[in-house]
Amino acid sequence: MDALIPLLTIFMLAVFVGFEIITKVPPLLHTPLMSGSNAISGITIIGAMLSVASSSETTTILGFLALVIATINVVGGFLVTHRMLGMFRKKD
Amino acid sequence: MDSVINLIYLAASVLFILGIRGLTHPRTAVRGNLLGATGMLLAVVATLLDQEILGSGGQAFGLLLGGVVLGAAIGATLALRIELTAMPEMVALLNAFGGGASALVAGAVLVGATDPPAQTAVATVASGLIGSVTFWGSLVAFDKLRGLLLPDRPVLFPGQQALNGLLALAALGCGVMVVSEPGSIAFYAGLVGIASVLGILLTIPIGGADMPVAIALLNSYSGLAAASTGFVLNNNILIITGSLVGASGLILTRIMCKAMNRSLINVLVGAIAEASVSKSDADAIYAGRVKSTSAEEVAMLFDGARRAVIVPGYGLAVSQAQHQVRDLANLLESRGVEVEYAIHPVAGRMPGHMNVLLAEADVDYDKLKEMDAINPSFEQTDVSLVIGANDIVNPDARTDPGSPIAGMPILNVDQSRTVVVIKRSLSPGFAGIPNPLFAADNTLMFFGDGKQAVLDLIAAVKEAD
Repeated sequence: MDALIPLLTIFMLAVFVGFEIITKVPPLLHTPLMSGSNAISGITIIGAMLSVASSSETTTILGFLALVIATINVVGGFLVTHRMLGMFRKKD
Repeated sequence: MDSVINLIYLAASVLFILGIRGLTHPRTAVRGNLLGATGMLLAVVATLLDQEILGSGGQAFGLLLGGVVLGAAIGATLALRIELTAMPEMVALLNAFGGGASALVAGAVLVGATDPPAQTAVATVASGLIGSVTFWGSLVAFDKLRGLLLPDRPVLFPGQQALNGLLALAALGCGVMVVSEPGSIAFYAGLVGIASVLGILLTIPIGGADMPVAIALLNSYSGLAAASTGFVLNNNILIITGSLVGASGLILTRIMCKAMNRSLINVLVGAIAEASVSKSDADAIYAGRVKSTSAEEVAMLFDGARRAVIVPGYGLAVSQAQHQVRDLANLLESRGVEVEYAIHPVAGRMPGHMNVLLAEADVDYDKLKEMDAINPSFEQTDVSLVIGANDIVNPDARTDPGSPIAGMPILNVDQSRTVVVIKRSLSPGFAGIPNPLFAADNTLMFFGDGKQAVLDLIAAVKEAD
């Protein structure tokens, strides 16, 4: 239980930070917000990396599958967001 | 070494937060996204320094490299080749992968752990449950958006809620068993199996026009799944990032529900499908009152106009008319008409859908106006041009308390001097109700395909010279 408290603290504080910033994102950018935040939720990639390096074979296989799809999430998410944002232009 | 890794994780978390903050303005958004990507790169490199990975030898490095190269190739191909009109599908797919990765990692950790503490087991259950629901729910959303196997409309059957309830209970039962007997992987597999069915069944009743809510909610789930995996791994950066994304998805979900004046529960059970209206109601409203118009007549209207507002809906995305609409707007502007676009929050199939579509066509983002900003100006608007939108401009929402969409905030196009509606037919929109706007005295219906109709308008306006 003692180990859980710091993790829960971080979780709650991060939720509040999230609410504070994200309410300021204008509707104009809601689609890039979704794809971009999606890309960073691919942070599971580091969990997948640790699992791949495990000595248990099953863990390695599951970790490898996770690694592939988490990488799709990360690379696909950041790239498509970049592509979209490049089109939001102000003409003068 | 561990503290070095954790310090780098902290730096990466800060970059993620700064990155999302960059998305609060189009000017800083590109840099924000790059900051996020840099954070991710830092986090991945730091993880390579982990004892477990450093000490694991060549084979593990080969697998890591192979996995990353494969995933990056697929991700880059998807991101660079997908048409921008298919962005809702792309986001649905990304949600699926995020959720799936979390469920897999939690499973992998469970298999490798000997006698994990109860806290880890509970987090594993949460991760497996949320991750699997997200994965399959997002795949169903993808399928519905693409129109592959499942229909766009809500799929409802008797006893649906009871079945979902039973499945949820069974999943919880499996979860309890995982916590009490973490050594047996069978219960986790059972949990994932049941949660997968649940994910499918929870998403099929959600209709096409409600997809913005479903996608935002699944986005939130994929974040929560990552956060749960953080509890499994005792890893702060997963918790921070997951909760940021979870919060983001929840906020978008709330905005979308508010823009339809419906509760989240109401959207999730596909309740609007029950609000069917008999054909006679539609006849009573439309009979003898609908005025059909031609491109030439609309061109004459534009000729005397000082201000025009274009109102895009999902029909614009379907007919891919965004470039033609931009051409028309440019043409009108060159003739001294002030042109703006009115964007309803739930127009399209995902939050911000219309904005991306019009940005692709090179429309200046300053011209894309939010509902609250543009509504007061309709009274000074000479022509409102509605393209492929229906329920979001239905004045019944404002005036008829008995309407299924009563109280939904709408774009007040009916207050402009003349409304021109480009639409294939008088068929109802998603809510299944007739729209009195089409029969209003100041409304002209221009029947036809969106793209062709706009092309005809452009030709007619040029002709009028």
